[in-house]
Amino acid sequence: MQTLNKIEKELLEQISSLHNIEECSVNIRKNGQCVVRKTNADIEIESKKDKEGINIFVKDGTKNKGCHIPVILSVSGLTDTVYNDFYIGNDVDITIVAGCGISCGGGKSEHNGIHRFFIGENSKVKYIEKHLGLGNGGERVINPVTKVFMKKNSECNMITTQISGITDSKRTTFARLGENAVLNINETLFTTDNQTCETHFKVVLEGKNSKAHIVSRSVAKDNSKQNFFSSVIGKNACFGHIECDGILTGHARIASTPKIDAGCEDALLVHEAMIGKISNDQILKLMSLGLNKEEAEQEIINGFLSSKI
Amino acid sequence: MLTIKNLCYKTQDKEILKDVNLVFENGINVITGQNGTGKTTLAKILMGIVTATSGQILLDEKDITKLSIDKRAKLGVSLSFQQPTTFKGITVFDMMKLANKDIKTIKDACTYLSMVGLCARDYINREIDKNLSGGELKRIEIATILAKGGKVIIFDEPEAGIDMWAFDDLTNLFLTLKDKIVIIISHQKRIMEISNKIYLFNKDGEIVVTDKTKLFKEVEESKCSTLRSQNANTK
Ligand SMILES: Nc1ncnc2c1ncn2[C@@H]1O[C@H](COP(=O)(O)OP(=O)(O)O)[C@@H](O)[C@H]1O
Ligand SMILES: [Mg+2]
Repeated sequence: MQTLNKIEKELLEQISSLHNIEECSVNIRKNGQCVVRKTNADIEIESKKDKEGINIFVKDGTKNKGCHIPVILSVSGLTDTVYNDFYIGNDVDITIVAGCGISCGGGKSEHNGIHRFFIGENSKVKYIEKHLGLGNGGERVINPVTKVFMKKNSECNMITTQISGITDSKRTTFARLGENAVLNINETLFTTDNQTCETHFKVVLEGKNSKAHIVSRSVAKDNSKQNFFSSVIGKNACFGHIECDGILTGHARIASTPKIDAGCEDALLVHEAMIGKISNDQILKLMSLGLNKEEAEQEIINGFLSSKI
Repeated sequence: MLTIKNLCYKTQDKEILKDVNLVFENGINVITGQNGTGKTTLAKILMGIVTATSGQILLDEKDITKLSIDKRAKLGVSLSFQQPTTFKGITVFDMMKLANKDIKTIKDACTYLSMVGLCARDYINREIDKNLSGGELKRIEIATILAKGGKVIIFDEPEAGIDMWAFDDLTNLFLTLKDKIVIIISHQKRIMEISNKIYLFNKDGEIVVTDKTKLFKEVEESKCSTLRSQNANTK
């Protein structure tokens, strides 16, 4: 087993702070290799035979368990592509923590994590994903792909954040919801300098009474660029809501391209998007409490990015 | 002592405040008068949010006319807004801590929420966003200003949106501040009743300085139709 150096430990800490869960199964991947693996009777992890990645099997009825699968890249010149599939049984309640931390000095490192979730009936999944880059110069690229297939009465709460150090990314999320399935996604993005970030959401509300609620909060600073694409398709009696809320500072740019497509008269789909600079009223209010303009802006951005669903 | 000298405020098409000369002393000062007479504008000018066209503002002997909002805030000028600002992701607790650096624990913050009649536990971690009702926002706004404290504390229509039964608490609260310069913009008789001085803003830009006994008498004798019609509306 390879041990982790100081920077690697710091990355790990930041992307995968351990949560209050009875027992966790763990798979830590470093520079393209699995360095730590811990499984248990309820959550099995096996390496894929045909390509890089793992299969995770969660037994029916597993409750209050956690699974951590962080990825660390600490060398430059590496492109790590990994396929992780989660097979989640029925009546499960689980928290999955994934994420990628890159520290590559002056070169370029890239991580492409393709995650698929097959969620069984009546199961509840909380998925937390953090992406982080450390260090100056160089390119730290992350292209996460997340696909979620949800059976009857299942629930999935996804919290994804990419708030610092990733130079370029293309984030793709696809979900298909069965009857009564509920999907909540809360995405937080913060780009600075010349970073670019593209987000694609496609949600198909296939089952009767399925519900999706997607909130993307983003801040674009300096010369960074963000491009947000969303598509919600309602094929049954369902409810879909997408909200894209962006704050711009400096010469940054945020574009939002929504698409809502309802093919059933009992489908209700809503899209909201708002992009603008920091509200002047908010700045004035905080200044009247004694903060200077810069402090006020910082507090507003911190709050905005920490907001919960 | 807060002194306003020859203060004017004009927009392109309108003269909102013309040659205002006022002195506010410690105690409860109530500003009243019809909508649109420039009461909120004056409050914003005192806070530094709006810049006067001309004139001077002195806090004690210090000229604060050209000071920025945050500098005035640090000198002890505080304003509870008529329309509270909403945020995304900033909680009541966060806001209290921003208003007063000595607030460190939830317990510290709860003191101020209780003062405005909010069950602290229910609100402390709420975000100050549009999910709060107008009355709740207003109370949180007042609690924030109480937490901040100061030498000159201005409340712009604090009663708006607050249910009538809470009025005694509100007036008692203002009375606890009477060793400071408290300026309350209000239409409520019960707030005027606790005042030391009343400033009546008239439509023609004139400001009449009076006290409650005189004012109520004039209202009775219907000399002052303005205020009479107003109190009828708010009853
Ligand atoms: N930013 C502004 N630009 C132009 N006119 C304004 C502005 N703010 C307020 N006013 C006008 O100034 C007048 C006084 O407003 P305000 O001070 O809010 O009155 P009050 O608080 O006494 O009801 C009103 O006629 C209002 O329409
Ligand atoms: Mg007003």
